[in-house]
Amino acid sequence: MTLTQEGLAKGQDATGAEGVPAPRRVDAYRSGALRVPTRAPLALGGDPEAVELYGPVFGATEVTALDADLTRQHAGDPHGERITVSGRVVDRAGRPVGGQLVEIWQANASGRYVHRRDRHAAPLDPNFTGVGRCLTDTEGRYAFTTIRPGAYPWGNRENAWRPAHIHFSLFGRAFAQRLVTQMYFPGDPLLAHDPILHMITDQATRDRLVAAYDPELSVVEWSLGYRWDIVLDGPAATLPDPEVTA
Amino acid sequence: MTPAPRDLAPTPAQTVGPYYGHALPVPGGGEIAPTGHPEAITVHGCVYDGHGEPVPDALLEFWQARPDGSRAGAPGSWRRDPATGGHLGRDGIGFTGFGRVPTGADGHWSVRTLPPPPSAPYLAVCLFARGLPRHLFTRAYVEGLVADGELKALAGERGETLLARRDSGREGLFRFDLHLQGEKETVFLDFGAA
Ligand SMILES: [Fe+3]
Repeated sequence: MTLTQEGLAKGQDATGAEGVPAPRRVDAYRSGALRVPTRAPLALGGDPEAVELYGPVFGATEVTALDADLTRQHAGDPHGERITVSGRVVDRAGRPVGGQLVEIWQANASGRYVHRRDRHAAPLDPNFTGVGRCLTDTEGRYAFTTIRPGAYPWGNRENAWRPAHIHFSLFGRAFAQRLVTQMYFPGDPLLAHDPILHMITDQATRDRLVAAYDPELSVVEWSLGYRWDIVLDGPAATLPDPEVTA
Repeated sequence: MTPAPRDLAPTPAQTVGPYYGHALPVPGGGEIAPTGHPEAITVHGCVYDGHGEPVPDALLEFWQARPDGSRAGAPGSWRRDPATGGHLGRDGIGFTGFGRVPTGADGHWSVRTLPPPPSAPYLAVCLFARGLPRHLFTRAYVEGLVADGELKALAGERGETLLARRDSGREGLFRFDLHLQGEKETVFLDFGAA
């Protein structure tokens, strides 16, 4: 069965965001038709010798102090609603994943990426690139100051608009824990229509990609706070003790 | 060490999308071997879709053991420049075991690295692309380092899709193509993440 058919069938369980009528069906994500492998992956989860149970190491050389503040990378202030996005990175046992690299990228407040192939008729912002990175602290905490990104249209079908989102890339203690995903904003009416979010077929799992507004994280007279915690998966084999490998 | 309970539901993966190009690739991302190292090897190839067309917007990451068998990584894969906010690249001396390269318009990528040890004779590969709902793991086993029959034992007839073959014309050059679909579909790996 192709992914396209699967997406169509599974999209039918879509439920609407608050106050928005649930659509009958969310469109399938078409871009994967010739790209998603057709065969099941080979399970190597039990191999204690796998190199994938270890992973790349990052440190102070990989970040500068300003990398986590996307609003201060240019001479002037970017347009848009300033936000603070923060949370913890933990493993499935709830243990913090500290000292690991978190990278983010996003569109500007108008929904435009600093990318030559993004032809959306919205203005670039000379004061916003939309790229950030930081290391998690010993408690697994990360924090970014940025701008709430705009929605943008894309080619999946006529009037397909991506909900506002921030792309996240995370490293864990093992290469097998590698995660690239997207964070969404609570209450966005586009969440109910987005084929990419709805590739995840159940609501509870989709909800884990939606940040929470958190007044505790808001900075007085400065930024609105959003909290988003991240749980890194697997691997099935027990990871080497981090103290021994560090 | 007793395995910790895995009680928390994991955060699901999502596609890398088409617009990561200004964020994730770094200069010298494929120069994993120290500059001018005499034992360095080059591994290269193309990523192909189900029609055999090159995939021009894939991102590949590589992670491997050191030649001495150690799996300890090291910082420095991409040093930042605090003065300009740009990238300094690697220092040319250390070995971090990690690389990241995008494919070009022709779907081609390459990395220069040190040979992995015979005890783990492969480069672990993680592939991202628009259209993939989550990343894919595979391995590039280096011909001459991997034992005869190992790939067949691992994945049967399809095990040869995991072999980085000696490429003609140059010592230390290996070819590893990735086929996302089709008859030559690469064996992708699952490490037990849900
Ligand atoms: Fe996006």
